[in-house]
Amino acid sequence: MFSKFLTVVVIIFLSLISYGQKEGMALIKGGQYIPLYGTDSNIVKVQDFYIDQYPVTNAEYVKFLEDNPKWRKSNVIALYADGNYLRHFKDDLNLKDGELENAPMTNVSYFAAKKYCECQGKRLPTLDEWEYVGMADEKDADARTKDEYNKFILSWYEKPNSYNQEVGSTFENYWGVYDMHGLVWEWTQDFNSVLISGESRSDVDGGNDLFCGGAALGSSDLMNYAAFMRYAFRGSVKANYSIRNLGFRCAKSIN
Amino acid sequence: MQFIKNLLILALRDNTLCLVLYRNLKTNMMIDSQIKRKLRSLASLSLLVGAVSFSSCSGGSDQKSGISKTNPEDIKVVSEMVAELTAPPFVPKSTADRAATKLIVDMEIIEETGTMASGVEYVYWTFGGTVPGSFIRTKVGDEVEFHLKNHPDNKLPHNIDLHAVTGPGGGAVSSFVAPGHEIVFQFKTLKPGLYVYHCATAPVGMHIANGMYGLILVEPEEGLPPVDKEYYVMQGDFYTKGKYGEAGLQPFDMQKAIDEEADYVVFNGSVGALSGDDALTAKVGETVRIYFGNGGPNLVSSFHVIGEIFDRVTVEGGSLVNENVQTTLVPAGGAAMVEFKVDVPGELVLVDHSIFRAFNKGALGILNVTGPENKQIYSGTIQEGIYLPEGGTIQSMPVEDDQPAKEAVEMTKAEKMEMGKKLYGSTCFACHQANGEGIENAFPPLANADYLNEDVDRAIDIVLRGKSGEITVNGKKYNSVMTAQNLTDEEVAAVMTYIYNSWGNNGTEVTTEMVKKVRK
Repeated sequence: MFSKFLTVVVIIFLSLISYGQKEGMALIKGGQYIPLYGTDSNIVKVQDFYIDQYPVTNAEYVKFLEDNPKWRKSNVIALYADGNYLRHFKDDLNLKDGELENAPMTNVSYFAAKKYCECQGKRLPTLDEWEYVGMADEKDADARTKDEYNKFILSWYEKPNSYNQEVGSTFENYWGVYDMHGLVWEWTQDFNSVLISGESRSDVDGGNDLFCGGAALGSSDLMNYAAFMRYAFRGSVKANYSIRNLGFRCAKSIN
Repeated sequence: MQFIKNLLILALRDNTLCLVLYRNLKTNMMIDSQIKRKLRSLASLSLLVGAVSFSSCSGGSDQKSGISKTNPEDIKVVSEMVAELTAPPFVPKSTADRAATKLIVDMEIIEETGTMASGVEYVYWTFGGTVPGSFIRTKVGDEVEFHLKNHPDNKLPHNIDLHAVTGPGGGAVSSFVAPGHEIVFQFKTLKPGLYVYHCATAPVGMHIANGMYGLILVEPEEGLPPVDKEYYVMQGDFYTKGKYGEAGLQPFDMQKAIDEEADYVVFNGSVGALSGDDALTAKVGETVRIYFGNGGPNLVSSFHVIGEIFDRVTVEGGSLVNENVQTTLVPAGGAAMVEFKVDVPGELVLVDHSIFRAFNKGALGILNVTGPENKQIYSGTIQEGIYLPEGGTIQSMPVEDDQPAKEAVEMTKAEKMEMGKKLYGSTCFACHQANGEGIENAFPPLANADYLNEDVDRAIDIVLRGKSGEITVNGKKYNSVMTAQNLTDEEVAAVMTYIYNSWGNNGTEVTTEMVKKVRK
């Protein structure tokens, strides 16, 4: 009887360990939130999931290239990656001088990022998951109403060339995740599911669900400006684009 | 009669004015048959007018210039050329000598760190690497093939809204482009005028506030009348975390932008972009045309050139021409062309006549005119108090009372020189000029100046308390007013050390202690 109990306890304990400590990943406790584009009736629910603590680095991606020759610059199919793919590599497997091994991997297409995660037994985070994790600052799971948090993000969006820094050089957030803001943009699984047209001014028209809240953009609502820019960026890209300031990290569902 | 009527119908088909005449004619015929003779003369008059208008249907002529005009939409384009793009303050050459063409515009968007003012850096987002962006010169009927390239190192998507475009978003809809990509769209220039272009990606205000604007000129078919000098100047307001002059890399302040509290209002993207070596130039007798735009994002400009009257202003960049204008109002997202002949040598000062912007926020540029004097037009005598340029610090009129001294930590001479240079640039430069040369008869020189070098305490006193009345500097009399400068003891020590150690002066190092003594 006791041993049975012990076994149960051990099993629970072990599962807790594996639950909380995936290699290099942080457990994100699910919840619900109203995203930028939503209204009260449009609450997003997020299940528990894991997400990489850091963006995928150059070094990690090189390893992927070693194992998967068809994703090397000279082999990749144009349909899956445009001409800027691996632009910071001098050849198939080596970075250009001055590029840091431990900097976030960029110049990578959606297809390549997706494949990378699959090869790790993971997947790209969904847009809703990414935004959910991105709401956190050091202390709070949802810091979106804090001025300082929004100012930090806005000032990063303005700063050119922040990509060539080591991962982990920005703050660790509430979930133990680094660099959600401050280094590079990141691909999400459904990056283009929220459509922002090229003409962002007409997006605020009442006729557009996306920004029916847009017209109410108040003077204190810096949060919306930061998020606007993120959504605008996502709206401008296509899946075969490779961009100097766009990297990725992987996520994993809990089964 | 019927014959005449038919002829009239034929001749007048597309002419409203004549149709009115014709209708009158018809009415007259029905009402009163007794005025047939009168009618006939009217009809023949109409026929005459009609004949002229008839010819206008097949190419026609412009009454003023006699140059042929076609509906811009119908202008056929046969050739192709790459547009010359110029960085401010210059403009590409006139289109008068060429026919409408397919014009290929290659524009690259670059996000980069630049200098807002001496010691102040700012991250600009630019069309073509400059603020304002490259000047685009087109003419009516051109088919512009616009290649918008977003540099791969850029962080943000951008687009372009050209006010010269007829179509959704002024091109913004079709030009949304991610970093590392290029987008191509095409438009036909239909209406002559001077137009603003700008980025319209969310948040629109922020993109404009960071410098994403420029001008596109659509010339009439015959081109604009030739002038001697053409320049491109554009005003913009900037919002920084630190206040005016605060050193270092200054981030954009969204809250100040929303509140419309500009820290900088400048011409061509930075304080001093049009002064010193970068001042505009012209010779006496030349006619100058300035293509003046206002990028905003918030403020309306009261554009004025101190010492000139605009001979002609193309109001709001459209078809209305005003003459003999002192100050022209240029809305945010608007433009104007101003033309004036410069008659006498000297420095003309471009300002936003919302004048604190000029002397405290940077909206000031210089046009240097060289050539022979013309005493009849301008005697050269300057009366005290007519006009008083000020420096960038807060000022008060000359005072006698003491002010409490602040705690001081003496800086090294090198530190004083560095700080002094910045202070000079923001406080003294407007009157005493970039190299201390002053302005003859108005503001005494500081360079190699006997009055300055004779007595350091007197000089300190003038900075602290101001000075009015006649003084003689290097053998020339000056009778002007200098306001008391609201500077700390350290700042006075720094700026005076800088002055004493520049431009051939005697090298005195002014200490905070010396300033304190004089202040007491």
